[in-house]
Amino acid sequence: MGSTRREFVRTSAAAAAAIAGLAAVPAAARAAVIGAPPLRSFSDADLRELASVALDSARAAGATYADIRFNRNRTQSLFTREQRVQGLIDNETQGFGVRTLVGGAWGFAASREMTRDEVARVARQAALQARANSVTILRPVVLAPVTSTPDGRWSTAIETDPFTVPIEDKVGVLLAANAAALKAGARFVNSSMFFLREDKTFASSDGSFITQTIYRTQPSVTATAVSSDMSDFQTRQSNEIAPMGKGYEHVRDARLVENAPRWAAEAVEKIGAKPVDVGRYDLVLHPSHLWLTIHESVAHPTELDRALGYEANYAGTSFVAPPAEMLGKLKFGSPLMNIRGDRSQPGSLSAVGWDDEGVKPESFDIVKDGIFVDYQTTREQAPFLAEYYRKSGRPVRSHGCSYGQSWADVQFQRMPNVSQLPGSKEQGWDELIAATDRGIAIIGDGSFSIDQQRYNAQFGGQLFYEIKGGKIVGMLKDVAYQMRTPEFWGGLDMIGGARSYLLGGAFGDGKGQPSQSNAVSHGCVPSRFRNVNVINTGRKA
Amino acid sequence: MSELRSLAASGRYLSREECEALAKRTLGFVGAADAARVNIGSGSRGNTRFAVNQASTGGDNYDTTVTVTAYAGRRSATSTTNQLDDASLRQAVQTAERLARLAPEDPEFLPELDAQRYEEGRNWSEATAALDPQGRADAVRAIAAPARQGGLLSTGYLDARIGATAVANTKGLVAYARATAAALTTTVRTADGTGSGWAGSAHHDWARIDAASLGARAAEKARASRNPAAVEPGRYTVVFEPTAVGNLVQFIANALAARAADEGRSFFSKPGGGNKLGMKVVDERITLLSDPFDADIAGAPFTGEGLPTRRSVWIENGVVRNLNYDRYWAQKQGVSPTASGGSLRMSGGSSSIDEMISSTPRGLLVTRFWYLRPVDQRTILYTGLTRDGTFLIERGKITRAVKNLRFNDSPVFMLNNVEALGTPVRVSASEDGGPGQAVMVPPMKVRDFNFTSLSDAI
Repeated sequence: MGSTRREFVRTSAAAAAAIAGLAAVPAAARAAVIGAPPLRSFSDADLRELASVALDSARAAGATYADIRFNRNRTQSLFTREQRVQGLIDNETQGFGVRTLVGGAWGFAASREMTRDEVARVARQAALQARANSVTILRPVVLAPVTSTPDGRWSTAIETDPFTVPIEDKVGVLLAANAAALKAGARFVNSSMFFLREDKTFASSDGSFITQTIYRTQPSVTATAVSSDMSDFQTRQSNEIAPMGKGYEHVRDARLVENAPRWAAEAVEKIGAKPVDVGRYDLVLHPSHLWLTIHESVAHPTELDRALGYEANYAGTSFVAPPAEMLGKLKFGSPLMNIRGDRSQPGSLSAVGWDDEGVKPESFDIVKDGIFVDYQTTREQAPFLAEYYRKSGRPVRSHGCSYGQSWADVQFQRMPNVSQLPGSKEQGWDELIAATDRGIAIIGDGSFSIDQQRYNAQFGGQLFYEIKGGKIVGMLKDVAYQMRTPEFWGGLDMIGGARSYLLGGAFGDGKGQPSQSNAVSHGCVPSRFRNVNVINTGRKA
Repeated sequence: MSELRSLAASGRYLSREECEALAKRTLGFVGAADAARVNIGSGSRGNTRFAVNQASTGGDNYDTTVTVTAYAGRRSATSTTNQLDDASLRQAVQTAERLARLAPEDPEFLPELDAQRYEEGRNWSEATAALDPQGRADAVRAIAAPARQGGLLSTGYLDARIGATAVANTKGLVAYARATAAALTTTVRTADGTGSGWAGSAHHDWARIDAASLGARAAEKARASRNPAAVEPGRYTVVFEPTAVGNLVQFIANALAARAADEGRSFFSKPGGGNKLGMKVVDERITLLSDPFDADIAGAPFTGEGLPTRRSVWIENGVVRNLNYDRYWAQKQGVSPTASGGSLRMSGGSSSIDEMISSTPRGLLVTRFWYLRPVDQRTILYTGLTRDGTFLIERGKITRAVKNLRFNDSPVFMLNNVEALGTPVRVSASEDGGPGQAVMVPPMKVRDFNFTSLSDAI
């Protein structure tokens, strides 16, 4: 499941409290954030004390394991349309969540009140809930071992803290981009910026105490063109500007004002573009598009909880199941396909020092030379694969994929960055197009939908170009392709080299009940897929 | 509240008096602003998840957020906090005031509303408020135990919410309402992985949701859906169960914005200019409305701006009667702003699902849809897939399970191809299984629904 980052940005103003989580920050880090509101301060010592109250209370209530996450999230959203600022919204939320294991069952409770009494009450509440749940337990939870981290520190490497940049500067950039788009022919234009700073502190009964600060930034522009007779309208979203784990430098690098006229002109051009003829085409997919196809068709089905049936009621199960018949055996795609999980790429949304249960993530292969070799896991999940790991001489360890979107939500398995590895030959977009006789080149992600086991998917895009004889001959519209995952990846026959590698991503990757938003990046290179079914989505009745 | 109850139940939220005092305290920090509004949301959420016939995770949380909107002339900005001490509230007010001064003048500025009168909300249930983790675990067992005995694998989600919202401003407007919401959904799969069935319900009143019967329905569908056969994609006569109707029809409600219609970027835009008010767009048996005070689909008695909500008939006998006007666009067009509260009721008919099946020579029965995403806003065209119970109808009978199918079609086209309608019921129409907005729709039989490909997913 995934909602787009645009949906996320649109809804974030109204639902910020639901999305955010927030935590107390170490004093030194807090002092560095000029302009951050002086929330009641919690020093490291304060948090250590509250953590020990929580862990002691949980233990006294029968918990065999417990952890607590303190979160403080600050977000800022700016929304504009044409000459108007629609919203300037600063959000701040702070609280904590306690997770307990009693009788082999999980319990979780959370509250905004960071007091000793409330922490103790919530820890007991979590234990009580776990005890209620334990009556239903058939297979008690077993946790893979973890190396404890008594004093962990990590922070996103940023150049400019977005919360220190004057609001007038941000508004100025957005309104200037809007003006440039309108001048270039857009009838309407919306633009926005979204910034997040998350401070979180994790403590567990295994002896870890970890404090991390995470930044995320996304600027966005959508230009809309309307035909003169009001019979058609088309939009162009700035999807090649991905959300990133960066500071305000990401806004500067996005050059919204300079790019806006092109986005507007492309929206206008789409109105007059040729409707696609249905049929089979070779597709040359730009990284600004392909990241979402990887997200939906590769990253989601290789989540172990899905493969085991734990998400059957919403996100779904997986065609990559049962694990014992898939690991090391399933031919996922062509030998050119190599996919790796990581939480370390600079600027990526999933980058952290430790996951939300204190595991230090390492990069791991998911698909190697076209063969599926591993799932994404948490501490609870890794033991399910013990036999496979033993056979392949590897330890039974979590890959560090635990994440909770806020203090109010329980952590569970969420995808890390799941990225395609570049090819050994240094080639890129232009070389792939030049090598293609009859095809369609697609830039930017658009409409997307995939079934609950991740077989059948349909993807649109932002821009579609017809390729004939190795050349782009014109723009197309109303294009979507339908695919069956293993056949689609089996048709991968040409990929770009390291220099063509780009990170795409989303803030709003949805999974779980209640649905939580995960922020994740997917690196990839321009890639060609043979003989894919293309439909025309423009219907009148 | 006793220690035991406060530990066990999810029921913490601010009372009317507490909200009013908090709003007053917050507005007391207003200094530089010409006007200000405070929105308060307070409440608790409790959930229990289950998978493979046992509870898997759960959560109980409590939060209160205070959102301050401050105005400097025609400029405004918003700041939110969930820390309720004086220093945090003052900071939230000052942040909003500071940002407002830095914002450009808003050409669409509207002053805050004066004091309003509100009806009492009708979406509070003591049964929902009293549901605690033990009660949730009992509901899980009512589904999981029979599933296990039957050799099936049950998965699901129970979500219960209790809370209050309040609005107050510097012009004397004060609004308060409390509400509950609950939803229970379950997906039951066969052990061999060849069959999957779903059932779910949502209501503000937990007493109206029957866990055991939902579990039994999902189990029955799981068994019946084993070993599905492939059918050719194409145009089919389809009997949609109410959940599937709700999945699709709510997209029409989402597309009703008058401004987008008038701007030429909506299905409700009229070619050549203007909007489709007064035009017949769907079958004359179709009426779509929102009504916050209809006990079946009750919603909030006021909007976030403090506007009293009221019944809105969107489509009456197939004709567009109202579009959704925000305060600015309403003023510009010289009409009253819409404040519908967001729930949705669709008119029904007298056919039973059995009658719809028995009158169908060849067609499909669809339980629900999944991964619905917009493809073309010009026609409200969506794509998505059937899921958890898709069956072939031949010569008036369900003859076998079929593989899931992807469609590309619009609820507008669908409502132009109506063959029969049944009795409306409350459905869980949100894909994520949360309570969502109240949706009450009938089962429906339509012709020529457009399926474009097959899926192997079960």
